Amino acid sequence: MKIAVASGKGGTGKTTVSVSLALSLGSVQFLDCDVEEPNAALFFKPKIGEELPVGISVPEVNEKLCSHCKKCSELCAFNALVVLGTKVLLFPELCHGCGGCTYICPEKAITEHDRTIGVIQRGAAGPIDFIQGILNVGEPMAPPIIARARAMADPKKTVILDAPPGTSCPVIETVRDVDYCILVTEPTPFGLHDLHLAVETMRQISVPFGVVVNCWGIGNDAVEKYCAREQIDILLKIPWDRAIAEGYSRGEPAVSVVPELKKEFQKLYTTISQTCHKARIHEAVDHYQR
Amino acid sequence: MKICVSATGADLSASLDPRFGRCRMFLFVDPENMTFDAVTNPALSADGGAGTQAAQLVAGNGARAVLTGNVGPNAFTALDAAGIEIYTGLSGSVQAAVEQFKKGELQTTSSPSVESHAGMGRGGGAGKGR
Repeated sequence: MKIAVASGKGGTGKTTVSVSLALSLGSVQFLDCDVEEPNAALFFKPKIGEELPVGISVPEVNEKLCSHCKKCSELCAFNALVVLGTKVLLFPELCHGCGGCTYICPEKAITEHDRTIGVIQRGAAGPIDFIQGILNVGEPMAPPIIARARAMADPKKTVILDAPPGTSCPVIETVRDVDYCILVTEPTPFGLHDLHLAVETMRQISVPFGVVVNCWGIGNDAVEKYCAREQIDILLKIPWDRAIAEGYSRGEPAVSVVPELKKEFQKLYTTISQTCHKARIHEAVDHYQR
Repeated sequence: MKICVSATGADLSASLDPRFGRCRMFLFVDPENMTFDAVTNPALSADGGAGTQAAQLVAGNGARAVLTGNVGPNAFTALDAAGIEIYTGLSGSVQAAVEQFKKGELQTTSSPSVESHAGMGRGGGAGKGR
């Protein structure tokens, strides 16, 4: 089973929740998909055993063969190729590696080569199989690295994916085929605003989800009212506790600072697996009736 | 000789658009007689690479110089490669900018004046992670 931990707003506690969940369950696989600034390693302190470069295919234009017909630049949705008179300019960091230009070039003047944009690191933190993607500084495109990390998911294990914040491409890439997504929020107007965006996103891509409210006790009850109105399960409320924040600043997971939380996270996991199990039964029945 | 001005409207009295890649219109002006063509900027709504797309359009229309507010790094590279002179930091009406250009009061810029995605407003460019 694959469980993602995401949030609309950054800094609500995704890493607190995903790391604590992993540590409460034991032998799981953990994928840090926040490849622009992966930080779960600060808490797991894993021994990294292997490192794999991740590249995307970018075009290379043979000027001798190019007839400057502009078909490639007209096709490119991201304007990574520009034809200026008899010059072709490539802007590699704009290229999404789709291969369309190579395909459309009538002169076969375009070949592709790999451009490294980051790495995947894999290691172990006790019983946890730890994987993190790291996007090179200055690179704008996170999804190819996230896709590579996701491809390493072990089907025999519970896999926990720590998503980037927001609702843009890197988040979609992380959560697209998970069984369940935990949306972490805080009980503040800002938290609610961005939770709303995250909920809309999950509904759009049909990913089952529930909410964990972090820093419970601050702010107001608007998140709770919103979830009740929208029939969204609140899976867990983590009380606001200065000790958790202090532990976080030292790289200590919440479940180490407040060991009683472990039970709460185990219950959270049970709730999620039951929900997913029910969903699978419904799906099977639906399929049978059709 | 034709020069290109990034503009918020389709005539010479329009304000100069401070953004190059994501400006509303391009006015291709002949400074000799002040005749012009107004071209809507298709890059305004580009998913990414607005600067490079706009630069290709400007070069394709035969402009020798660009008058604008700011130019990002990719647009700068493309305009520079096309041998187009770049004048940044301009504001006011298109007419006034062209007059300044004619009097030789402007200096070309030799580097991009803003970072990538500066013309996107809040939230950054399409390719940004968050």
